Amino acid sequence: MDITYTILIPLIPLAVFLLLGIFNKSIKPAVSGYIGVAGLSTSAALSFYTAYQYFFVHGKVDGVYKAIVEKTVWMNFTETLHIDIGVLIDPISIMMLIVVSIVSLMVHIYSRGYMKGDEGYTRFFSYLSLFSFSMYGLVLATNLFQIYIFWELVGVSSFLLIGYYYTKPSAVSAAKKAFIVTRFADLGFLVGILIIGYYTGTFDFETLNNPEGSAILNWASTSFMGLSVITWALLLMFIGGAGKSAMFPLHIWLPDAMEGPTPVSALIHAATMVVAGVYLVARLFPMFYFVEDGFALEVVAYVGAFSSLFAAIIAITQTDIKRVLAFSTMSQIGYMMLALGVSKYEGHDGLGYMASMFHLFTHAMFKALLFLGAGSVIHAVHSNYLKDMGGLRKYMPITNITFLIAALAIAGFPLTSGFFSKDEILVAAFENNKLLYFSGVLVAGLTAFYMFRLYFGIFWGKDTQYKHAPHESPISMTFPLMVLALISLFGGFIPFSKYVSADRVGFDVHLNYPLAAVAVSVGLIGIALAWIFYKKENDLASRFANSLGVFYKWTYDKFYLDEIYIFVTKNIIFNRIAAPIAWFDKKVVDATMEGIGNQTAVVSEKIKGMQSGKVQDYAFSFVAGIVILAIVFIYLWTN
Amino acid sequence: MDFSSFLLMRQEIILLAIILLLLVAEIFIPKNKKSSIVHLAIFLFGVHTVIGFLSIDECSIFGGSFQTNNLIHFFKNVLNIGVFILLLQSADWLQEKIVTQDKGTEFFILLFSSLLGMYFMISSGDFLMFYIGLELSTLPVAALAAYETSKRISSESGIKLILSAGLASGVSLFGISLLYATSGSIFFHDIIGVISASNLTILGFILFFTGLSFKISLVPFHFWTADVYEGAPISVASYLSVISKGAAVFILMILMFTIFKPLMHVWENIVYVIALATMFIGNLFALRQKNMKRFLAFSSIAQAGFILLGLISGTQLGSATIVYFILVYIFSNLAAFGVVQAISLKTGKENMDDYDGLYRTNPNLSLVMMLALFSLAGIPPVAGFFGKFFLFTAAASEGYYLLVFLAVVNVTISLYYYLSVIRAMFIRKSDNPIPFFKNKLYMRLGLLITVLGILVIGMYSPLYDYIYELSSIFN
Repeated sequence: MDITYTILIPLIPLAVFLLLGIFNKSIKPAVSGYIGVAGLSTSAALSFYTAYQYFFVHGKVDGVYKAIVEKTVWMNFTETLHIDIGVLIDPISIMMLIVVSIVSLMVHIYSRGYMKGDEGYTRFFSYLSLFSFSMYGLVLATNLFQIYIFWELVGVSSFLLIGYYYTKPSAVSAAKKAFIVTRFADLGFLVGILIIGYYTGTFDFETLNNPEGSAILNWASTSFMGLSVITWALLLMFIGGAGKSAMFPLHIWLPDAMEGPTPVSALIHAATMVVAGVYLVARLFPMFYFVEDGFALEVVAYVGAFSSLFAAIIAITQTDIKRVLAFSTMSQIGYMMLALGVSKYEGHDGLGYMASMFHLFTHAMFKALLFLGAGSVIHAVHSNYLKDMGGLRKYMPITNITFLIAALAIAGFPLTSGFFSKDEILVAAFENNKLLYFSGVLVAGLTAFYMFRLYFGIFWGKDTQYKHAPHESPISMTFPLMVLALISLFGGFIPFSKYVSADRVGFDVHLNYPLAAVAVSVGLIGIALAWIFYKKENDLASRFANSLGVFYKWTYDKFYLDEIYIFVTKNIIFNRIAAPIAWFDKKVVDATMEGIGNQTAVVSEKIKGMQSGKVQDYAFSFVAGIVILAIVFIYLWTN
Repeated sequence: MDFSSFLLMRQEIILLAIILLLLVAEIFIPKNKKSSIVHLAIFLFGVHTVIGFLSIDECSIFGGSFQTNNLIHFFKNVLNIGVFILLLQSADWLQEKIVTQDKGTEFFILLFSSLLGMYFMISSGDFLMFYIGLELSTLPVAALAAYETSKRISSESGIKLILSAGLASGVSLFGISLLYATSGSIFFHDIIGVISASNLTILGFILFFTGLSFKISLVPFHFWTADVYEGAPISVASYLSVISKGAAVFILMILMFTIFKPLMHVWENIVYVIALATMFIGNLFALRQKNMKRFLAFSSIAQAGFILLGLISGTQLGSATIVYFILVYIFSNLAAFGVVQAISLKTGKENMDDYDGLYRTNPNLSLVMMLALFSLAGIPPVAGFFGKFFLFTAAASEGYYLLVFLAVVNVTISLYYYLSVIRAMFIRKSDNPIPFFKNKLYMRLGLLITVLGILVIGMYSPLYDYIYELSSIFN
């Protein structure tokens, strides 16, 4: 299968970015919207074509979905260690292509309505294209270094888009926060990559992931502080992944990132970039699984489970609807990490892996839908806060229904897409680790509760009197909602396990009815509680909150994690570590350098006279030079 | 030897034909259309440059006096590209001279003759051919330096060059005769077998080496450089600093890596000392230059010091890095000289202070200059960074860590003065900045090629691999 054309998938958005970026001023806003949508439609069409070709025509060889790689050497270090640039097509990269294409295209269409009249309309679309380019590149990367390059590029685009309203101080500081926190985590990623390169001699995914390859077989050859260096490298890389995917304790940037325009939150901070960490672990899954009997994978599982529980608890108390969704995203990504963490490699044992990818897919759809729905609501009432909303179902019927579908999907209501993917995650967890299973079930209940708290709070609840009657959003915004709602409803019927599995062979899954029943009933309990608390305006919720006392306050303040970070950086790092180093830098390093600089100037001044301008002087030094060389090298310095 | 062997000298023959053609052409071109000589010359040389890329077999003809191989052939092409860019950048200036001062084709004839000399020099198979090539490449340049006969400073520069060059070539010839005395042959392939480190041979080598050091302007044989560059027309200074220097380095490298290889234990020390002296003196002088041409003169002296780091390694890696560096250096330095040329031509201004605030009035020129200086200073990701990086790798791979360290110190010093030009252009303000002007087509083309070169060579790694492969003759 010739896949050279797939290179166009990232390159088209890049071209659009350059076009819109360079001719920012001279392109009419309306035109730039069309250019953006057209560019992404082409990429999306190519992605679908690739998926079709791969899954149904060419991909399966001898019952296995082989990876297809097309690459060229970019930088050579040694025989085996080189940085390549290319495209890698395999089930998960194709799945990600589809996810990125669908969500990005919907967000492009949606933004034409949402951003209408905004001053930086063209700039916005150019950033969106830059992001799409980077994300496609990340997904298609053939090796660790390439993925790292695009990893940083998505970071940059995320930074640009969070800080899109750059006149707003809160947006600027949120952008900086996101960039610094993820950059900090990426340091771990980079060190991990270098360790892998040093000890295995390759960056290439296919070479690294080969279960019979030397990278996996020789993991035990070098150890450091009780663990294999390869395990350390995987853990370091997971730090990078945790930073991008907002895992505890590196999640603090995600809620603040909601300062960006809502379509951006839907695209980057719900569906695509934040799952890059999950994708990274899935990409290196054989290494995570085989090296040191999956120690690193276990860490992934526990970090994921804890993050999902932690975030779900916080989500219950937040009043900014986008922040609720942000914590919900963190919680669901924790779910995916958990699923990867409990997965095994072969056949049906690899259920967790498949479930994680499945949930990544369904979650991308319904979470994007939730964000876009929230955007539609915010567009109508001009506020992010629950207290300003209520009773909106009468004004915004389409938003209401699509939002409800998404909420049902995320709550795991039977036959919605979320039901299937979540069920499989729980089955995988149940089969491997009971503790993680119970945590997962608890999160499922919490998710249903906070999501319907949100739903009832926005569309039911009190009958708020609006100054201007809110109205339904234009078709450019409701159309993406409807498309995504359809996928959220029926996406669960895709036979995912046939296409995506850890060993790329594929297997059949069947519903595990008892476990499904447990999950569904827990979800229904959550929904029911939310119904009681929030459907009609009443004070049950606040009475309940008061009875929890200090615990409620802690949760509302997100367990003071931001404050802890500030304390650590300000008091410990800045004052105790950075200040002395700065003093040393200024008084010792700089002073030395300045001294050298001044001395250089003095010497330079002194030797100025040598250049007299007289040819006879030049000839003299010419001959003197010869004589000195001759004497020195014939008589004095012989060896 | 049959007639087809002459085709192996294709480059030389075509260039000679162009020279003769231009000589005759002046007679036929009517007086009022004389400036079209420039178009003709550029066209002919462009064709020559393109034809040059056809491959030539390895050979040794005229009883071994003339030889060529893929590396030499490649290098001739590099020189061709350099001269072609130079012609593009000088076109406007030459047209003006032809119209206002009634000049003719002499500029081209002299320039091409010098280039022809270089061809013979780097293709030489014995010392006689080498010496003739060396002389042919030097003498016309002295005349070129004095091209602006109406300017006193130009004549001065011509005189200084011819006097210094005469001394250097005499010394060189003396060295060659000593080598002949000890080895009994002037043919390189004979000398390789019999050379040994006797005192007389070493003296011969030192004399020979200093003769070429003069052309490369290594310290302490560099004094002519600044004065000549300042006085000579910019095109000529540019030619001296880029093409002439590149060719001399190349033949020096070939000879040192082949016939003088048995003396390596001696010359590596000489190169070591000279490299340090050249880098430090070049940089320290460059620090206080106010005139752009003098500034570039000293900067090019310092660059020559860096090249010696590749020479000292004496390996295939060293050869590859040197050729690569020269290639990069040609583009970078021509870009810098090109901007100086453009500004000097339009405004007559050549001092660094005049460049204050240039970015506000002429952003494109400033950006070209910035790229050129970044490349000369060795800032990634432009080509110059890789050029220096590879040179340092070559020296470090043979264990010259101290030398590499001192070279890095020198890079830091050089960063100061390169950046101070950039500061003048981008940050400083001026009450009387150079006004905006538009360059003519040739100049724009000349600058564009250099910019592409600076950007592309650094990122296109197969080129370096290719040069490395060509250098396998030194294994």
